[in-house]
Amino acid sequence: MVEVKIIKDGESASALIKGDIDHHTAKEIREQIDAYVQDNQIKLLNLDFSQVQFMDSSGIGLIMGRFKMMKLLMGSVKVINVPSHLKRIIKLSGLLSLGVIEKGEV
Amino acid sequence: MAQLKNEMKFEFISKSANESFARATVAAFVAQLDPTISEVADIKTAISEAVTNCIVHAYKNGLGTIYISVKIFENGQVIIKIRDKGCGIENISQAMEPLYTTGGAERAGLGFAVMQSFMDNIKVTSKLEKGTTITLTKNIIPRVTKNGQ
Repeated sequence: MVEVKIIKDGESASALIKGDIDHHTAKEIREQIDAYVQDNQIKLLNLDFSQVQFMDSSGIGLIMGRFKMMKLLMGSVKVINVPSHLKRIIKLSGLLSLGVIEKGEV
Repeated sequence: MAQLKNEMKFEFISKSANESFARATVAAFVAQLDPTISEVADIKTAISEAVTNCIVHAYKNGLGTIYISVKIFENGQVIIKIRDKGCGIENISQAMEPLYTTGGAERAGLGFAVMQSFMDNIKVTSKLEKGTTITLTKNIIPRVTKNGQ
């Protein structure tokens, strides 16, 4: 089960993801976020992970995919509010070198 | 060899909706060993990776059956086998390389790296057109001295 809540603030949007991110739910999350970003001409996309209970490497793929999309749209993506139980997989992923996560987050 | 405490097996079709079912089922069974939240999360993540591999790769051309068996031992050891009868892996060491993926732009190529990092041991055997078996081992640290009892 997963739910995405998107709040817009000018050219930026925050997508609050509630629930589990796996290969099954990632598709649904991706479709909702990508449609919103394109319909609303978003330049800064914040992915709020504060309500993510579980995530496997599909979550890493989700972040990488949004990073590439925002780059194509001349925008950027930021992952915010990373809960402590997700820090290990994020560190392992090498995502920190992409600059999508602030140093203090993990 | 440590003494077997309990054992279970289950199987399901390779629909992605079953990824959460598989990891929750294994976690519920392993709960008998009184693992920490972090140990449970490690096991759930590894199961999710292994099952996703079966769905995305082994059975990429259609539905098939995924078989999982779990053994738990008195010393806290957990042995989990995830088996499919799918296409098999041509080059196991390449498949296990971090960031290597044939899954397209939305896959990170980290499945095996996560399994290796989150579990104590992983063994992969595969035969082309026959299928793949992943054996994952995790040692749950017994919490024997709770409250000095």
